[in-house]
Amino acid sequence: MATQTEIRDPGTPQAAAAQDVMIHAEGVIKTFGEGAGKITALDNVTVDIRKNEFFTLLGPSGCGKTTLLRLIAGFELPDRGQILLDGQEIGHLPPYKRPVNTVFQSYALFPHMSVARNIGFGLEMQGRPKAEIKTATEEMLALVQMEHLANRQTDQLSGGQQQRVALARALAPRPKVLLLDEPLSALDLKLRKEMQIELKRLQGETGITFVFVTHDQEEALTMSDRIAVMQAGCILQVGTPKEIYNNPARRFVADFIGDINILEGELQQDGGAVLLPGGASIGALLPEGAARSGKVSIAIRPENMGLTAPDAADASLTGEVTNIVYFGAGHNVHVALDGGGEVLVRRAQTDAQVGAKVGLAVPDAVQVLVD
Amino acid sequence: MAERTPTQTPATVASPDPAAPPPRRRRRMKDLRKQPGFDTMAWFCLFCLYAPIAVLVVFSFNDNRSVVRWTEFSLRWYRAAFENDGIRHATWISLQVAFVAMVFATTFATMAALATTRVRAFKGQTLTYAVINQPLMVPEIVTAVSTLAFFVLIKQVTGLNGIGFLMLAHTVFCIPFAYMPIRARLEDMNLTLEQAAADLYGTPFQVFRTVTLPLMAPGIVAGAMLAFVVSLDDVIITLLVGGPGETTLPVYIFGQIRRGITPEINAVSTVLLGLSALLVSIFFLIGNKRK
Ligand SMILES: Nc1ncnc2c1ncn2[C@@H]1O[C@H](COP(=O)(O)OP(=O)(O)OP(=O)(O)O)[C@@H](O)[C@H]1O
Ligand SMILES: [Mg+2]
Repeated sequence: MATQTEIRDPGTPQAAAAQDVMIHAEGVIKTFGEGAGKITALDNVTVDIRKNEFFTLLGPSGCGKTTLLRLIAGFELPDRGQILLDGQEIGHLPPYKRPVNTVFQSYALFPHMSVARNIGFGLEMQGRPKAEIKTATEEMLALVQMEHLANRQTDQLSGGQQQRVALARALAPRPKVLLLDEPLSALDLKLRKEMQIELKRLQGETGITFVFVTHDQEEALTMSDRIAVMQAGCILQVGTPKEIYNNPARRFVADFIGDINILEGELQQDGGAVLLPGGASIGALLPEGAARSGKVSIAIRPENMGLTAPDAADASLTGEVTNIVYFGAGHNVHVALDGGGEVLVRRAQTDAQVGAKVGLAVPDAVQVLVD
Repeated sequence: MAERTPTQTPATVASPDPAAPPPRRRRRMKDLRKQPGFDTMAWFCLFCLYAPIAVLVVFSFNDNRSVVRWTEFSLRWYRAAFENDGIRHATWISLQVAFVAMVFATTFATMAALATTRVRAFKGQTLTYAVINQPLMVPEIVTAVSTLAFFVLIKQVTGLNGIGFLMLAHTVFCIPFAYMPIRARLEDMNLTLEQAAADLYGTPFQVFRTVTLPLMAPGIVAGAMLAFVVSLDDVIITLLVGGPGETTLPVYIFGQIRRGITPEINAVSTVLLGLSALLVSIFFLIGNKRK
């Protein structure tokens, strides 16, 4: 019988100890507009972001990622709900009173200032002594490897260089939280991969909590300590990249991240097992709050499925191979199920033939999805 | 299959034909600018615009009392103008009024531009623009007459007098001219920059001083110059509102003209023209450089 995994209901906060929590948002609602044109950008969002973690907000366009970031930064005020930063309510403070800095998607570097003055700007506004600003600026220039460009005007920099200056500028005052709104989306693929590594390194070296926004699921999986998947103003699931990838709790999360096979089944044994269309019964991983009986959808990653002989003992499903696509790192085998429907099986090596009858091996326990 | 070959052959033969119309059409489009007469018309317009000015400038250097018959090059009319007390006084009044009007109009225009662009779209925004730009749309003589009547009223009630009234009138009609370039500059400016400054612990005043103001400075300079030129060139309002002794240069020229054109007036006008041209050129240079 399968045990309950760490999938948490998005409605309840993490059980993490209060001193580990950097940002705690509770029941945050944000709407724009009035009457018929009213948009609910954030619909009762509750989330905990821990100290020193790389936390990613992942979701499709318009799901409210930027809005949540702007609420944390203070550019917008919530209609309802609380935002706590390191235990203190900040939801109604103006941006300049919050120890939070932002890396803007457009970088927003000050065009009338040199690179060095841009980086020192936060400290200058805080009224720190000149000597301190100078050392901190030099330190930051070194951290982002831009020492040689300290006196340039910002409009003489390449996209990647501007990115680094924006990062250094936001990190220089040592904020408690760094907010990054799709900072890599304007870069080309190669530079983007470089900056992904760079960002991870900076987060590790500074120990500052990063809240990173992206709609690129691969970027989210490779960079994050934890990911919050958002849709239509709600946080659907929060978890480590592994949890999100292997145990998506919601159909939307499963669909949004990577390729996945979604099959219909029926729960048995008070939700402990699921009966597949072919008659096989396997363990079920139920998300919290899900019904314990009735028809359900289950999700299996293509790489977690095996191909066997149709009459083998571990063949939970049977079908016919319709297509095999080689993609370098392996093969995508498309199988039409005998009971109807199609699944994708991903194997590094395969001797399957198009048209052959095959059996499909599935994991001992499979993820049940909530709509 | 058998029919295909014959139909294909004419198609290939005919292919230059369908390709032909586009170039012909393109050529016709280009021709529009080269229509016979268009060039001539353009040159004629430019001639009408600049020939009188050229004549004025040329005869200001004429060593002769006539403004139609050229004799010899000389700077005597410039010297005469410089030594003429009336002209000196008028120039001084002009510069004073234009300077004061420029300072105040630019200040008010800057505040108005900030108030109309640095807020979310509000009800009556278009109306606000219209109200601010009103002096551009109302006939100048109407503004002049109403200002005169209004000032007479105030002068009677308060007993106040002086050049301040003329400066006030100039300030008012200069505001829209200063407002336009400042507003254009602010609208071009990225709001995210101010947000970034606030995010980096800048209080609203610090943000204004370190980011907003330096970035809008070219707009302010352009607006100020435009206001200065407009004030310097005004005749109608000054003629009506200006009290005794408050004669600006254009008004002085206007008065002298009625006694006939003299090369001295040509010389003064040329100086005024040069000054205006210089300021307007700087205005355009600033506008273009910052784009
Ligand atoms: N200032 C605003 N006025 C009106 N509606 C807004 C405003 N800001 C955001 N919205 C709306 O709120 C919703 C969420 O917007 P948000 O910018 O947070 O999305 P997002 O997840 O960041 O999307 P993207 O990936 O495209 O950046 C959208 O429907 C958007 O149209
Ligand atoms: Mg966004």
